[in-house]
Amino acid sequence: MSQARLETQALSRRFGALTAVEDIDFRLETGARHALIGPNGAGKTTFVNLLTGVLRPTGGRVLLGGRDITARAQAERVKLGIARTFQINRLFRGLSALENVCIAVAERVGAAPSMVYPAGWRTDVIDEAMQILAMLRLADAAGRRVSELAYGRQRLIELAIAIGLKPEVLLLDEPAAGVPSAESHIILDALQRLPEHIAVLIIEHDMDVVFRFATRVTVMVGGAIFAEGTPREIEANPQVRAVYLGQAARRAAHA
Amino acid sequence: MSAVAPVAPPTDATSRIDHPAARALMRRHRIRWWEPLPWLAAGASYFAFPEYLGFGTELLIVILFALSLDLALGYAGIVTLGHAAFFGGGAYAVGMLAFYGVWTEPITGLVLAAAAAGVIGLLSGLVLLRTSGLTLLMLTICTMALLEQAANMGRTYTGGFDGLPGLPIAPVFGVFEFNPLYSTTQFLYTLGVLFVCFVFVRTLIYSPFGQSLTGIRENLLRMHAIGSPVRRRLVICYTISAAIAGVAGGLWAQTNAFVNLSALDLDRAATVLIVLILGGYGRLYGAFIGAVVYLTLEHFLAQIYPTAWQLGLGILLVLIALFARNGILGLGEALWRRYGAEGSTP
Amino acid sequence: MDFVADFVGIVFGGLAAGTVLFIVSVGLSVTMGLMGFVNLAHGAFAMFGGYVIVLGMNRAHLGFAWALALGFVATAALSVVLERALYRRLYRAGELDQVLFTIGLVLIFIAGTILVIGPESQTLQLPVELGGQINLGFMHYRTYSIFLIVVGFVIALGIWLAFERTRIGAQIRATVDNRRMAESLGINVDRLFTITFAFGSGMAAIGGGLGAEFLGLNPQYPLIYLVYFLIVVSAGGLGSVLGVYCASLLLGLLDFVLKLYLPQGGTIFIYALTILLLLWRPQGLFGRKET
Repeated sequence: MSQARLETQALSRRFGALTAVEDIDFRLETGARHALIGPNGAGKTTFVNLLTGVLRPTGGRVLLGGRDITARAQAERVKLGIARTFQINRLFRGLSALENVCIAVAERVGAAPSMVYPAGWRTDVIDEAMQILAMLRLADAAGRRVSELAYGRQRLIELAIAIGLKPEVLLLDEPAAGVPSAESHIILDALQRLPEHIAVLIIEHDMDVVFRFATRVTVMVGGAIFAEGTPREIEANPQVRAVYLGQAARRAAHA
Repeated sequence: MSAVAPVAPPTDATSRIDHPAARALMRRHRIRWWEPLPWLAAGASYFAFPEYLGFGTELLIVILFALSLDLALGYAGIVTLGHAAFFGGGAYAVGMLAFYGVWTEPITGLVLAAAAAGVIGLLSGLVLLRTSGLTLLMLTICTMALLEQAANMGRTYTGGFDGLPGLPIAPVFGVFEFNPLYSTTQFLYTLGVLFVCFVFVRTLIYSPFGQSLTGIRENLLRMHAIGSPVRRRLVICYTISAAIAGVAGGLWAQTNAFVNLSALDLDRAATVLIVLILGGYGRLYGAFIGAVVYLTLEHFLAQIYPTAWQLGLGILLVLIALFARNGILGLGEALWRRYGAEGSTP
Repeated sequence: MDFVADFVGIVFGGLAAGTVLFIVSVGLSVTMGLMGFVNLAHGAFAMFGGYVIVLGMNRAHLGFAWALALGFVATAALSVVLERALYRRLYRAGELDQVLFTIGLVLIFIAGTILVIGPESQTLQLPVELGGQINLGFMHYRTYSIFLIVVGFVIALGIWLAFERTRIGAQIRATVDNRRMAESLGINVDRLFTITFAFGSGMAAIGGGLGAEFLGLNPQYPLIYLVYFLIVVSAGGLGSVLGVYCASLLLGLLDFVLKLYLPQGGTIFIYALTILLLLWRPQGLFGRKET
């Protein structure tokens, strides 16, 4: 079995008497298109917080490319190649789309601490940021203030920032959340154009996105892994249906 | 699908660096046509208002002090009512060195002032910037008050409330003497120092470091999430801001040949905050406009009718907080956007 | 014997001063804990109320209790007007705007007082019953100071009980703890803010009047003591009655002792202690930790 890009072993997190995440063994392969689904409160965001280092586990390990990173802080993990997006946009709202991505790229390439020359001289940073925006079909919005963009496009800026970190692992927390249905196709569109080698894990409730995007699905309930398999397998699993999927999702899957 | 390049070629040919947005970013630091104006105006005042050079010197010092605060507040988002701690640190460094005959050379004196204030800034920043919000505000006030009380306690050395008068300051470059009656040397000297410091701050603002400060101000959590060493950046910014405030304090001591506890008090810290907000923080020139407007009004109104000045200032602050939080420059920008930029997309 | 009397005298003096500080600041602690609003103008309400009380007694010859009541009501009413008209607009604003607004308000109050009344200090004429000395058995001590300490304790206990035992107290505690949850439970948070703000300002008025002798009463009052109010509130913990009570008494004692033995610059220890405390516990002694 090849080494997983990102792996957890018996990962747990307790908050006092509440066990939010329990004994999770999880593998995210290189180039994965993996979805994490489950009812609200199942512990999905907590799990992502554990993966990114925002939270420390109360038990178990997190491994990146075989290396134990459980003790590493969030900033270190970003440098090691784990990037995430948030369920609610965390953007630099007063700045332009291009500047948003530039800040992330500049941070990655190590330009950010420099004080003695203008940021405008780093054409490498600006170039890369423009490329990312172009890939996400945001080039026309590059100079516009983020707060002026439609929400769906703002979600894409969130994604662009994460891509700007050149991650090996991309954790997307509900990328389609809050996006009006008229715009949600642009999210899916963008997801499908992500570079092949990146291992992508998305948390989603939108079954349309899950079935079109993911090659593997993990179902999480009550802080533990309930089921795992291909989208078809999960969709056909009667227990999963009973717990989570429901009629509406089945209709969407067959559409 | 290739591992690195996107699947489909970009549909708009104007991607990459040719894109207007990219070009705008690359040029952002270029000097705009109106930027030399404030300096020309300052130079012109030297000849036009020879009787007001004392006032002019004071004005330039306040601009420098407000500029230093803008780094911390306007760009890094650190809300502080304790910036006079650094002003006073620089002032007393220069003052005590001169008074006791240890060091009277002005330019190197300013370097020492910057160093002293910078050390205070570094030490307090390392400790205080772990907190935020009200706690941070309180800590900045308490640090400043602590220094003020320390200066008071050490009154045998610092002169206490009465301060150290008649500081002997050596002539600039060994030639230009500070004349207590005609502030010609003081004015030009201060203008020169302000210019150098301004160039430094401007470079910093437009550098990648300055950009990351803006990021920290705009969305702290996002900066953490992209792996930025936020606290380190904040401490560095705070230290630089403190050092520049120290230069302003040193200038104040040198040009007035005097230093006392007022360099460290809440009144001074509150005034510089008001000046900066009035002009518009986070906008580099807010310090200039705010200082000119505030000091001019104060100079003419406060002497005639001090209580009315206080009342007017209070009302002004309330109005600013409610309606014009970005100060004069902010109002200008809003008007420009509404009436000036016709033909751009709404 | 002498030593004991001296010691007790110092303790009582400090406690009395601390009690005044508490009565003024308790409103600030609760409103800051409840509304998250940095109100640097709180001292201005204390000053306003103090003036109403003192002038009520000196010029209108009101009785002591009546003057206190008038001060409370007048200040509470003023605070309601200001809260509804102005403060309300800044609840969602950033800290900086709140600081600016309240500084502006303080300046308006100060200038207004000088213009209307004049820059002189006002002195409180104590009613005869509270003047003089009281016999404590082993020594005599100023009646007024004992009065203050007792009144302060009663007020602290009363407010604490109100928080713990009454419905509105529970609502306040719930909203301080988790505002959104409280709103979703149907608590009218807006009304709660107004009521609490009014009560807090009224208490400040009482403190301003009662403490006119200890802290003085002149137009500069809101600025002179601003830092002290902020210290006891943040050191005690926002929204905690017990916290602000303890912090006030402690500060009162410390300040009193330092003024006696280190009259020049002794307050440096107060600032140093505050800094150390806030670094060790940013939420204050009894404050809630930010999650």
